[in-house]
Amino acid sequence: MILEALSYAFMQKALIAGVAVGIICSFMGTFLVLRRYSLFGDGIAHVAFGGISVGLFLGVFPLWTAFIVSILGGLGLQKLRQSTKISGDAAVAVVLSSGFAVGVILVSASGGFSVDLFSFLFGSILLISDEDLIMILTISTGVIATLILLQKQFLHLTFNEEQAKLGGLQTTLLNYAFVILAAITVVTSFRLVGMLLISALVVIPNITAMMYGKGFKKTVGISLGISVFSVISGILVSYFFNVAASGTIVIIAVGILIGTLVLKSTGILRKVDIKTPSKITHNS
Amino acid sequence: MSVTSVLDVKDLTIKYANFPAVDNISFDVQQGDCLGIVGPNGAGKTTLFRAILGLQSFSGNIKLFGYDNSKYNSIIPLIGYVPQKVTFEPNFPATVSDVVSMGLISDKRIVKGAKLIQECGCCWNRIYQSIKKNDDKITQALHTVGLESLRDRRIGELSGGELQRVFIAKALVKDPLLLILDEPVASVDVESQTKFYNVIKTINEQNNITVIWSSHDLDAISKYANRVACMNKKLYFHGEKEKFFSDKELLKTYTESSMQMHMHDHNHDMH
Repeated sequence: MILEALSYAFMQKALIAGVAVGIICSFMGTFLVLRRYSLFGDGIAHVAFGGISVGLFLGVFPLWTAFIVSILGGLGLQKLRQSTKISGDAAVAVVLSSGFAVGVILVSASGGFSVDLFSFLFGSILLISDEDLIMILTISTGVIATLILLQKQFLHLTFNEEQAKLGGLQTTLLNYAFVILAAITVVTSFRLVGMLLISALVVIPNITAMMYGKGFKKTVGISLGISVFSVISGILVSYFFNVAASGTIVIIAVGILIGTLVLKSTGILRKVDIKTPSKITHNS
Repeated sequence: MSVTSVLDVKDLTIKYANFPAVDNISFDVQQGDCLGIVGPNGAGKTTLFRAILGLQSFSGNIKLFGYDNSKYNSIIPLIGYVPQKVTFEPNFPATVSDVVSMGLISDKRIVKGAKLIQECGCCWNRIYQSIKKNDDKITQALHTVGLESLRDRRIGELSGGELQRVFIAKALVKDPLLLILDEPVASVDVESQTKFYNVIKTINEQNNITVIWSSHDLDAISKYANRVACMNKKLYFHGEKEKFFSDKELLKTYTESSMQMHMHDHNHDMH
């Protein structure tokens, strides 16, 4: 049955694209979650909706305008945090609603677009074209290479920005590189899982992986494993039961999270406190 | 060859909303010094360190290794700094080894800074050598602070004293020319304090790393520092420790003002 499913070209493309997106979302997500940018994915996906609307309104390829508008949105968000001291979640809320508002206005001004906006909201992983697949693989390769290259710098920046600056890192440039990379990751991914579910792929595998109490590399590895497993099994389950792939992927990831919590509460996993709302302040 | 100071502070004033946190102080630090800075809470010690590190605007002049802040990007990576507070996510997925390795990220810039100091004919006989592999450096730094056995332990699982030594190892791993420690034993038990002071003594005497540290502990200052600076916004003393500890009037004033500050903090906490 599985072999039959895998024999279809649309399934092959969906699985390959899904794995690529799963990898970049969870890898980038490690830093986003630790930097308290968990809703960055949501924010940028909403801005990307605005960008797509701009493209459709102007009659240019909407994905390119989505990339441009999302990167500008990410940079705006960063600037908003730095220069006005607005907290991360509030800054995301401002950018999220602004981007979405632009999209809604442009859609209404055009009397509704002919394209299927529903697919942008909830994803269309089984409708990936060859061109989409090439684009996703190319961009994912670039994102993964950049993340591997800059992972130590991003780790230091995430751990403590002031210490990173004193360590000689160009923190301002790195911050901009970080949001641009995150925006590219989100726009590349959200067509597959939808703008309403993108945050799940960024956040859930990472908070699950962090419960295992490992170091950075192992945590990233566990997160990638959970993400890729959720994507592959989600696509296959959605095919067999004829349900939405994006929702199934997210539910499987949530299932792994709940399973991990159960293992942890029964003492099978090593006890590690999850205190995401507060930070440790080490008074040396 | 003339000897340039590691640190030269002249007429330094730092104000917060027109109130001076540091008021017109001048002092210098020479290579190999172990300078203990004493002063009550709110005396401006942390503010002074932040200004030295380029994190705080100020009026006056600060030179590190003979250079003013226009060369800070190259000079700062040569300094190991352990702040009074390091804030991080409790669930941060990093081991002791991960955190110490963060000190090695700016390797190229450290070499650039070291070259800058040598090319300009400053004073240094010391030549920065980056021949060890990163892993060896991490092992060495952990050995210095006595934490080899905790190398793979997650940082969220460490005690306050162990964390403090991790951050010192992170500062040491890049072979700093200057180590700045802001009240490093403020919340550490007595046994860990002794270990810490022995580490500092080794770093200073055997590795010839210049150390500046702030503390309220006059006993420790008398044992481990060779020079003392006493400040409470203004600088009241700077010189050899023997001179400081022989000045009964100064010691009495310092002890009384510290006690007053302590009582004030205590009463504030009670309310």
